[in-house]
Amino acid sequence: MTTTTPARDVAIVAFAHAAHSEASPGTTNGVEMLAPVFAECYEQSGLDRREIDFWCSGSSDYLAGRAFSFISAIEAIGATPSIQESHVEGDAAWALFEAWLTILSGHADTALVYGFGKASASADLDATMAAQLDPYTQSPLGPGRHQLAALQARAGLDAGMWSTDDLARIAARTHGIELAEVAAARAEADPLTAFDCPPVTDGACAVILAAGDRAKEIRTTPAWIAGLGQAIDSAELGARDLTASPSVREAARQATGGAELGPIDLAELHTPYSHQEIIVRRELGLGDNVRITPSGGSLAADPMFSAGLERIGYAAKAIYDGGARRTLGHASAGPLLQHNLVALLEGRG
Amino acid sequence: MATDSIAVQIEAPEGEALSAPLHPSFDYTRSTGPILGAFFAGLRERTLRGIRDNSGRVHVPPVEFDPTTHEALSASDIVDVAEEGEVVSWTWVSEPGASAALASPHALALIRPRGADTAMLHVIAAESAADISTGMRVEARWIPEPRGSIRDLYFVPAGSQMSPGLADYRGGLDDSDRLVTPVELDVTHTAGFAERTFLRGLAAGKIIGRRRSNGPEVYVPPRDWCPSDGVPMGEFVEVADTGVVTTFGIVNAAFAGQKITPPYVTAYILLDGSDLPIQHLVLGIPANEVRMGMRVRAHWVPESERVHSMASISHFEPTGEPDAPRGSFEKHL
Repeated sequence: MTTTTPARDVAIVAFAHAAHSEASPGTTNGVEMLAPVFAECYEQSGLDRREIDFWCSGSSDYLAGRAFSFISAIEAIGATPSIQESHVEGDAAWALFEAWLTILSGHADTALVYGFGKASASADLDATMAAQLDPYTQSPLGPGRHQLAALQARAGLDAGMWSTDDLARIAARTHGIELAEVAAARAEADPLTAFDCPPVTDGACAVILAAGDRAKEIRTTPAWIAGLGQAIDSAELGARDLTASPSVREAARQATGGAELGPIDLAELHTPYSHQEIIVRRELGLGDNVRITPSGGSLAADPMFSAGLERIGYAAKAIYDGGARRTLGHASAGPLLQHNLVALLEGRG
Repeated sequence: MATDSIAVQIEAPEGEALSAPLHPSFDYTRSTGPILGAFFAGLRERTLRGIRDNSGRVHVPPVEFDPTTHEALSASDIVDVAEEGEVVSWTWVSEPGASAALASPHALALIRPRGADTAMLHVIAAESAADISTGMRVEARWIPEPRGSIRDLYFVPAGSQMSPGLADYRGGLDDSDRLVTPVELDVTHTAGFAERTFLRGLAAGKIIGRRRSNGPEVYVPPRDWCPSDGVPMGEFVEVADTGVVTTFGIVNAAFAGQKITPPYVTAYILLDGSDLPIQHLVLGIPANEVRMGMRVRAHWVPESERVHSMASISHFEPTGEPDAPRGSFEKHL
């Protein structure tokens, strides 16, 4: 099989996240969650903070409720001597994309990528999330986040793309409960029940990337990045076919360089709503033999702005743990699977 | 190799938390350009408008660029569409939030106006979810005084005389035809352990710093992790409420929310016993007489007015002592 040949081999060699919490005790700056998570990544990799060449984070000041919250988060790093650092206003999976490019271009050999978000600090998370929509014609209507997802879920039901039973099976598997319990749940945002919608979760996540021999020194089986791609669909919600997500397909096409996806042992999908798993699986062409999101994913816990990076982390861990040879990590951002990233990871040797 | 522990437990600090509601808000004023401008001006006149793209598809609300060719579209491609249309998808909002367009239960929907090829996000006033279905006809109703906002209208089932509760909204076109869009967040800020120790100190008339664990420096405000090397900080230390102006600026410009009449001085003040300057006002002296090295003292508000914030110190003012030599604060600049 042909894949794109990156200029350098880059692998994920460490991954940790803060234990998911409905309401964490700290600030919205992430520091209290990030410092222990970084410590775990240093422990796993044997790297000292001074051996990290590049730092890149993903978060949102809207969620933090304060400007430049990501600058405060740097206190978890210790920035003396000076560090090379960058930030994306979005899920940290996109920070991983930037860090990967930075290593590929030879500007760094190692990078620590992190994301954080304290969603529980938002007293009105719907209003916060509505701020990511078109500010002229959508945000002022104040649509709730689950309500917006419900429009997508119903579009698929009406089109016969999935049934409420399909959604219930996904919800039951994720939450580890019986189908009957899901079926009896009342509507959260008709046709979605509370089991189909992500909980409010505070979290933080970090991974360490290393190039070539550095990665081999750290891990017996590093999770090599075989390809990364990301693409975005239109912000014009009413012009999109909400039952599809062409940008998922395009992200995968970029990750493979246009080749077939090939055998995948495990896919960690960033699908906060049950019906979105169906869309992403279909766009990626993942069959029944692929283990889907064994970590539970965002439907079980949705640490915003680190949930996508966490998916990639779990896809990497499956490789170091020896349970998988080839895995896929997916991240999504924006409303209704608008912006998608696909990471293909593989163990070698 | 150590066993990976992927999910790291985050310990809550000992003692009572300190938190407060924050309500950042701003009425963001946006230019509309000729295309969105035509849409919002249309709403103000109770007219729904879209735009025809290069393939002949009509988008409502109008888009500025052709979705396929990415060519700029022109205001001459604006077309009026009907005030009624078809429900493409919907959900029921039984408990509208504070930012929802309708205060009473309603449907949130994608609605394709007759004459358009795309759907618009909007609300439908109805008695219950049983009144809503995909494919049903709905028609626009206008608020009494449209202001050029997406909230100038709402939809109802065709023929319905439904009169919903309208939520208050202050957005719309301003006198210069710019679109005012209020942005509001409602956040509970919880202070970290060091931050709350500092804030409780201020309420008690003390300034608390914290010493680095890998060095003698005392940082004010105190941190939990050292910004210099990322390790946990050491002991808390009370520092003096006197110090030295390391550098300063004179505020001459007026701005929204300003509490003091310009010109006035905002300065970096290195408190005695600390190694990081804090920022505060220097008053009680003409702005043009403030200088680097000047000795200043905190002016605390009366004890009964002290709060868990920097507002417990209203400003700093000169002590009258001789200036500190530059060498004594140079490394803190």
